[in-house]
Amino acid sequence: MLKIIKYSFFDLVRSRWSYAYFLFYLLLAAVLLFLNNNLSGAIITLMNVNIILVPLIATVFGVMYHYNSREFTNLLLAQPLKRSAIFTGQYLGIAGSLSLSLVLGLGIPFAAYGLFRSTMIWNFAILMITGVALTFIFTSLAFNIALSNENRIKGFGYAILLWLLLAVVYDGIFLLLLASFQEYPLEKFSLAATVLNPIDLSRILILLKLDISALLGYTGAVFKQFFGTSTGSILSSLMLLLWIVLPLWRMRKTAERKDF
Amino acid sequence: MIKLFSHITMVFFLMTSVLSAQKTEVCKTCEISTIARAVEKAKPFDTIEVRAGTYKEYNIGITKPLTITGEGNPVIDGEHKGEIITIRSDNVTLAGFTLVNVGTSYTTDYAAIRVVKSKDFNIRNNTLERLFFGIYLEKARQGKVLNNTIKGDAVNEYNSGNGIQLWYSNNVEVSGNTVQNVRDGIYLEFSDNIEIRNNKSIDNLRYGLHFMFSNHDTYTENLFENNGAGVAVMFSKFIKMRDNTFRKNWGPSSYGLLLKEITDSELTRNTFESNTQGVRAEGVSRMTFTENDFANNGYAVKIQGACYSNTFSRNNFLYNTFDLSYSGRINENNFDHNYWSDYYGYDLNRDGTGDVPYRPVKLFSHMTNRIPEAIVLLRSTFTGLLDFSEKVTPVFTPPGLMDNAPEMKKIIW
Repeated sequence: MLKIIKYSFFDLVRSRWSYAYFLFYLLLAAVLLFLNNNLSGAIITLMNVNIILVPLIATVFGVMYHYNSREFTNLLLAQPLKRSAIFTGQYLGIAGSLSLSLVLGLGIPFAAYGLFRSTMIWNFAILMITGVALTFIFTSLAFNIALSNENRIKGFGYAILLWLLLAVVYDGIFLLLLASFQEYPLEKFSLAATVLNPIDLSRILILLKLDISALLGYTGAVFKQFFGTSTGSILSSLMLLLWIVLPLWRMRKTAERKDF
Repeated sequence: MIKLFSHITMVFFLMTSVLSAQKTEVCKTCEISTIARAVEKAKPFDTIEVRAGTYKEYNIGITKPLTITGEGNPVIDGEHKGEIITIRSDNVTLAGFTLVNVGTSYTTDYAAIRVVKSKDFNIRNNTLERLFFGIYLEKARQGKVLNNTIKGDAVNEYNSGNGIQLWYSNNVEVSGNTVQNVRDGIYLEFSDNIEIRNNKSIDNLRYGLHFMFSNHDTYTENLFENNGAGVAVMFSKFIKMRDNTFRKNWGPSSYGLLLKEITDSELTRNTFESNTQGVRAEGVSRMTFTENDFANNGYAVKIQGACYSNTFSRNNFLYNTFDLSYSGRINENNFDHNYWSDYYGYDLNRDGTGDVPYRPVKLFSHMTNRIPEAIVLLRSTFTGLLDFSEKVTPVFTPPGLMDNAPEMKKIIW
C-alpha cells in the first residue's frame, strides 16, 4: 500500500494540475495579503474559497483521477495485491497531494507576511485544518462515486451534484426549515444541522474564531458555548473524521465486490 | 450725579465683599485639620485651600457659597460610609480633589459629589475612584462639570452607579471629563439644554452616555469606546449629536448608538467604527443623519420599526457586513446621496452619482430579522446566491428602499 501511495503521490505532485492548483493558492493568498494588508479580512475571503473551491476541486479531481488511471488500476489489479490496499493507496496519494498544494500555497504567503508573529496563527491553523479535512472528505466521496459508476459522464454529473447538494442546497433546506419552524426554539436544531454538514461545520468553526462572531447574537453565543467546550471540539473533529472514514469504508467494500 | 454716586457705592460694596472674603487653609498640622470644620467656620464667598494629605471624612455638607480648592491633590476618603460632599448652595466651586471610597447602598444613591437645587456651581479637575455614583446633579442648573476623571470598578449593573448623573438639571456644561468602568458613563434624566463636549466614556457596563426624557441637548466631540452600548438616546427630542466617535462597542447585543422614541434630532459628522451595530433605531422620526462614517461595523444601521421621515444623506458606508437592516415592508425614509463601498454601478454621464440605484438591504439581513437563528448561515454560498438574485430582481426587501443617487466617490467632510 505504501508503494501505491508513493507512486500516486509523486505522480500527482509532478503533474501540471497540482502545480496549477498550488500556484492558484499562492497567487490568491499573496494578492489578498499584500494588497489588502488585513489578516482577518484575508482569512475570511480564504474561508469562502475553502468552503466552495476546495470541495469542488477535490470532488472533480478525485473522479477525474480515477477515470484517467483506469488502465494502471487494471494493471495493479492483475498483481497479487489486496484491492483495498490499491484503492486506499490511490486515495491517500491524491488527497495528500491536493492537501500539500493547499497548505503550501496558502502557507508560504502567510509565513512571508509574518503570520508566526501575529495572534492570528490559531485562526489560520483552523483554516488549514478544515481545508485539509474537506479535501480528504470530498476526495473519498469522489472515489465512491467513480467506483460505483462506469459511465464517466454520469460519474462527473453525480460528483457535481453531490458538491452542489452539500455546499449550496443543504443550506437552502436548512434555511427553509428554520423559516417554517420559527415558532420553536431552534438553537439545538441549527447546531445539529451545522455539525452534520462538513462544509457548514468548517465555516462555523472559522467564523467563531474570528471577531465577527459577535454578529451571531444569541444563537452565536449558544454555538460559542458549545464549540468552546472540549466536548464541542471533540464532537466536531469526530464528525469530520467520520465524514472521511465512512465513505472510505464504503469505498473499500465496493472495491472488494466490484467486477472489474 | 446720582448715577455716578450709585456706581461708586456699588463698586465699594463689591470691594468690601471681595475684601471680606477670607482664605482658610486646611492641613493635617494646621489649626483647622478637617474640611467639615473649615466649611462650618467659613463665611459666604470665602476660599478654603486644602493641602495635600488624606482626609477621612464623609457627609460634608456645603450650605454657603464657597470656593474649595485642593493644593497638591489632597485625598478625601469616604471609607465606604456614605456620601462625601453634598452641595446645597449656589456659587460653589470644588476643584483639585481626589475622592475615594463612596458608600454603596441599595436604598440611597450615594455620590462622591452631589449638587442639590443649586446653580452656578463649578466642579473641575477632580479624580473620583472606587465610587457608587460619581457626580450627581439633582435639580441643579447653570453649572459646569469640567475635566474630572472618574474611574469606577463596576462589575454588575444592579449594584453599581453612574459616573455623572443629571436629574432634573438644566443648562449645565459637561466637558473634558473621562469616565471609565461605571454603569452609565453620563446619565441624563429630565434634563434640558445640556452641553456635553469633549468627554471620554470608556469601558462602561451599560451605556457611555444615556438620555432619558431630556430635550434640546447637544453632545459633540466625545469618544465612546468599548461600552455595553456607546450612547442611548431614549424618549427625547431635539438632540444634536456632532463629531463624536463611537468605537468598538462590540458584543452580542452592543450598539454604537441606540435611538429609541426620539424625534427632530440630528446626527452629523460622527464616526462609527467596529461596532456590532452602528446605529440601532426604534421609533425614530424626523431625524437627519448627515455626513457620518460607518466603517467595519457588523450592521451599520439597523432600523427596527416605526421609523418615519428620516433622511440619510452624504454618509459613508464602508466595508460593513450589513450596511442596512430594515424590518417591515414600508419605507418612509430617504436614503439618497450616500456613498456605499458595496456599490458596483456606473456613472455614464459623469455627474458624480451612479446611474443605477443601490439597494442597501440584503435579502439575508432581511431574513435574519425575521429568523434570528438564520444568522448561522452567515457567509455561506447559499446566502451569497440569495443576495445576488435579490439584487437582480428584488422581491422581499421594501421596494422603495434604495439610494436613487449613490455617490461614486467617498464623501469628504
